[in-house]
Amino acid sequence: MKKYEFLPHTAEMKFRAFGKTLNQVFENSVLAISEILSRGVKIKSKKKKTIAIEGGTNENFLYNLIDEIIYLLDSESFIVSKTKIKFNEKIRRMEVVFYGDDAKNYENLDYIKSATYAEMYVKNLGKNKRWEAQAVVDV
Amino acid sequence: MLKISERIKGGKHRLLWMSKMNLKKISENIWEIPKERKMNVPGRVFASDKLMERIKEDKTLEQIKNAGMLPGIVKYSIAMPDAHQGYGLCVGGVIAFNLKNGIVSPGATGYDINCGVRLLSSEIKKEEFLKKRKEITHQIKRDVPSGVGRGGELKFTDKEIDEILKKGVKYFVEKGIGKKSDIEYCEDNGCILGANPEKISQRAKARGRNQLGTIGAGNHFLEIQEIEKIYDEKTAKVFGLKQGNICVLIHSGSRGLGHQTCSDYLKICEKEYGINHLPDRELAYAPIDSKIGKDYIEAMRASANFAFCNRHLIAHLAKKAFSKFFPKKELELVYDVAHNIIKFEEFQLNGKKTELCVHRKGATRSFGIGRKELPKKYQKTGQPILIPGSMGTYSYVLVGTEKAREISFASTAHGAGRILSRTEAKKRFSPEFVKNELEKNDVYIEAGSVNGMVEEAPSAYKDVNEVVKVSHELGIGNIVARLKPLAVIKG
Repeated sequence: MKKYEFLPHTAEMKFRAFGKTLNQVFENSVLAISEILSRGVKIKSKKKKTIAIEGGTNENFLYNLIDEIIYLLDSESFIVSKTKIKFNEKIRRMEVVFYGDDAKNYENLDYIKSATYAEMYVKNLGKNKRWEAQAVVDV
Repeated sequence: MLKISERIKGGKHRLLWMSKMNLKKISENIWEIPKERKMNVPGRVFASDKLMERIKEDKTLEQIKNAGMLPGIVKYSIAMPDAHQGYGLCVGGVIAFNLKNGIVSPGATGYDINCGVRLLSSEIKKEEFLKKRKEITHQIKRDVPSGVGRGGELKFTDKEIDEILKKGVKYFVEKGIGKKSDIEYCEDNGCILGANPEKISQRAKARGRNQLGTIGAGNHFLEIQEIEKIYDEKTAKVFGLKQGNICVLIHSGSRGLGHQTCSDYLKICEKEYGINHLPDRELAYAPIDSKIGKDYIEAMRASANFAFCNRHLIAHLAKKAFSKFFPKKELELVYDVAHNIIKFEEFQLNGKKTELCVHRKGATRSFGIGRKELPKKYQKTGQPILIPGSMGTYSYVLVGTEKAREISFASTAHGAGRILSRTEAKKRFSPEFVKNELEKNDVYIEAGSVNGMVEEAPSAYKDVNEVVKVSHELGIGNIVARLKPLAVIKG
């Protein structure tokens, strides 16, 4: 199964991510974000950051997840490579482990100004219960 | 309107109102989207036929319509000649609200609060500069941090950041960085009053803390340009622009601090007022006189001050780099303009002087002769308006007009505006092609990222010449001078 793909957008970056589970669709969304930031260069998983996100709709969680990635890049020079996510849907709490590296070790990085809710969704496709997410980020 | 349907879950069809909308050409360069359904005011687009063809291709017109539905909006929801699709409101959008039942919208201000442009003039001749072009460009590239994950040289404590957010450029001038005229020749004197650092989250401060004096990435840049052509001698003289001299143009904003502030308040607005009533989620808003509305205004002003300081420090570093090569010729600040911002300004509305809350998202203020908000020197001419082209193409200096106050809420365009996505640009152009394109025009580039350079290829943007032509023809910003890039520094 394809993990994510990029879609055309005039000024910004738009992606769609797929997953067998809700956790996986969030994890694959992070892979898409990592590819935007790294411009396709492999980011090493040398460091680890653990955070928790609480409350809201699935879209709120996706937005906040992207927001955290940008925050870590700006404030701690941490660039994400991948993530491990445990989402408790009932109590609306997400535990996130980000893996990544010091951004200073990479020459050719891109920047995301912000997550946006434009064209964003996180939904279950019903058929085989596959999940799909879409988002546009402000670059 | 064209009705088409989209297949949705369960095999049903849903009607979609497509952007093949009712668009009336009123006169040369002026179009109207008539008021319909939920709109409180009609839409208005300032564009030539050629630019309109491009504008129609994305969601710009739909976004102008959506903004027309916002409460308290007056006269028109406007798109400038360089408009293109954004979030909520298009980039190149100008909307104004009455203070009674109007609103403030973080999304309609833009994520990069007070993204803007600063121009420095000099007495250095093009020929003198060209002899040392590579060395100077390299020196600036070394001294002014750009790109991602690289902070500036200057580190600030929490207390210092708060002072900066409150005082703007004055903070640095008091510390001996820059001079008094750096305050005077800046929109709002480099400090919007009523800024409150307490309304900026710790998270936003943490993102911005070590980013002051850094250019950032994307479409932000520093260019060294030649004043190639003067269209209005008298005004150019007042602005200190002489043909054949070089100048420095800086395009940057409030970096992570502003982006986070926009994001923070978008969330707060959504939480308090919900999103179901909105034509577009990114247009979340708060009433001007609500607690949240006031908080956002104070935070937005603090972020704007941060951006003025950012451009002030970049200019300071560039001046220092130049002084190593030209110790006797100092660069002088011409002006600094904001193009993502909310302002409270007076207009004639139904024959009465009325204070309005103007959102400019990707639009530059255009104040004409006699405006007290301007430095004395510019009260005689109107303010300088700085329109950067895309990387490596012409930039323009325009002058503000009274006509702009009448027809465009004292606003005009802000740049070229994209026509190709970054992905598409990378597909179409090779790094060699872009480098050749620049070299052909005799532009030297130092870019942190090859991909970044390709994504910002001049061919990915609208024609800036056409954009300023429309502004000039409408009289909402008149052309004074054309600047041709000689060297580009970008992240």
